[in-house]
Amino acid sequence: MRTGLARFARNRLALAGAAVLLGLIVLVALTPLLYPGDPFRLVGPALQPPGGPFLLGTDTLGRDVAAEIAYGARTSLIIGLSATGAAILLGTLIGGLAGYYRGGVEVALMRLTEFFQTIPAFVLAILIVAILSPSLFSEVVAIVAVSWPGIARLVRGEFVALGGREFVLACDGLGAGDARIVFRHMLPNCTAAIIAVGTLLIGTAVLIEAGLAFLGLGDPNVMSWGLIISSGRAVLRSAWWICTFPGMAILLTVLAINLVGDGLNEVLNPRLRER
Amino acid sequence: MRLARFLGYRLLLAIPVVLSIVVLNFFLIHLAPGDAASVLAGESGAASPEYMEQLRHKFGLDQPLATQFGVYLLNMLHLDLGYSFRNDSPVGSLIVDRLWPTGLLMLTAFAAALLIGTLLGLVAATGRNSWRDAVISLVSLVAYATPGFWLGLMMIVVFAIRLGWLPTSGYDTVGADNEGWDAVWDVGRHLVMPAVALALFYLAVYARVMRASVLEQVGMDYVTTARAKGQTEARVMAGHVLRNALLPVVTMAGVQAGNLIGGSIVVETVFGWPGVGTLAFNALQSRDLNLLLGIFFVSACLVVVINLAVDLVYVCLDPRLEL
Repeated sequence: MRTGLARFARNRLALAGAAVLLGLIVLVALTPLLYPGDPFRLVGPALQPPGGPFLLGTDTLGRDVAAEIAYGARTSLIIGLSATGAAILLGTLIGGLAGYYRGGVEVALMRLTEFFQTIPAFVLAILIVAILSPSLFSEVVAIVAVSWPGIARLVRGEFVALGGREFVLACDGLGAGDARIVFRHMLPNCTAAIIAVGTLLIGTAVLIEAGLAFLGLGDPNVMSWGLIISSGRAVLRSAWWICTFPGMAILLTVLAINLVGDGLNEVLNPRLRER
Repeated sequence: MRLARFLGYRLLLAIPVVLSIVVLNFFLIHLAPGDAASVLAGESGAASPEYMEQLRHKFGLDQPLATQFGVYLLNMLHLDLGYSFRNDSPVGSLIVDRLWPTGLLMLTAFAAALLIGTLLGLVAATGRNSWRDAVISLVSLVAYATPGFWLGLMMIVVFAIRLGWLPTSGYDTVGADNEGWDAVWDVGRHLVMPAVALALFYLAVYARVMRASVLEQVGMDYVTTARAKGQTEARVMAGHVLRNALLPVVTMAGVQAGNLIGGSIVVETVFGWPGVGTLAFNALQSRDLNLLLGIFFVSACLVVVINLAVDLVYVCLDPRLEL
């Protein structure tokens, strides 16, 4: 583990990404202190340019853009983490069943996985949120529906590879049950790979959430980056800052997550190490 | 002849996929809370009772579930996607009318991303760990994290509003009535920003895949052999490495086809590009779910077709592949 940490730390980009993420988490934690009250609250004149009393200006209704971005960060992190967590659970379940039991189960489940990988993911996500009506929950459901297949394929591959290894055969020979073999011996051996790929999924989830909110499919009562951008679109000509800053926040967050994910991948997935 | 048989076989494989899309659509309709007819019709109060009755009948919502599915399947197989009350027009013809602008946008973006992406990947790999590699890697990392709709908005601010070089939105200049090459030039000027906004992400994807793939191929024995024969580095790359290195990129292009369609929805919305994406956005605004389901069905089928094309390209690139 120590050598792994050291290798991660040697990757400067990954370290920078981790620092940005840490800053973001601190911001989210301090948000209620920095910007007490509802981010939807009107605090000043509309369309104030940045740099004045309001650091990042105000929007069309006179809301503080900086406060909106801080609360939007919380939404992005909550949705990114919970959707990725649920996608990992679902993907691991399906990939694990396919990779452990093989045979007909594997063929059926992997066909299902491939099917979900081919259909247009974002269109499906839009459809799901539209049908369930916009809310944080339906956004999470939609993101999970389009992001589990990657994890399922990964876990199936790992399980198929592990299934033929001596220690698993030995467990089987000693009479260990399926549950014991899977949870004590096989799953711990692929957590590293799952964590690395899962980190990258958080970035995708944040991007999908921003896209959904931009199209008006976010929870209308929860502040999010996509919502700010879509509300600032109409005044793009006169007030560029409303759209610009939340977009930068998305870019920076996703970039940081991807850098950390790439770094973890390099350390945790031995097959990628030589590249 | 063998190619024809191969194509026939792949078409056969596509049938269950299309059927699964129908099943998924059917499942999604019934995922909705409450009366499916009112969900399909959109916001309550917008639809007339006759239309609701028609919807119930069309989807067989007054029948048992199994019959409902049969009715739905039959409709889909007749390519009958239903009627959009909001637009007062059949869903099928609404989508067909919008296919050309979307096709133009997607093909342009796709071709640009593939061409420039593979080129950048090749340049990065041949100059591994040089400044070129570093710059290309950095650009693709940033492009990888940029939401397409935001990039589009920023380009509008810079190139349309501040500099005035390109039009802010639309497909062509309204009322200009250009003909011949003038019309092409006009549409082209409108096309530049949406195409870049859509392409940039995929450009980054292809550049990354191509870089990794070239680096993998360069280590192979056949490359050493080619070099030992005394071939120039350029010939080794163009004649030996390129074709093999392209295979993972082609696979990736097939995988990403579906995402390209999703990306075009947000980008078209930003630029008011009159394609299927804008149609989908309008359907969202009016909660016209029936239209949205039709768009999903058509785009999913489109992906199946694209994947068939990718298979064909694969066969052309890799003669080892068993037909």
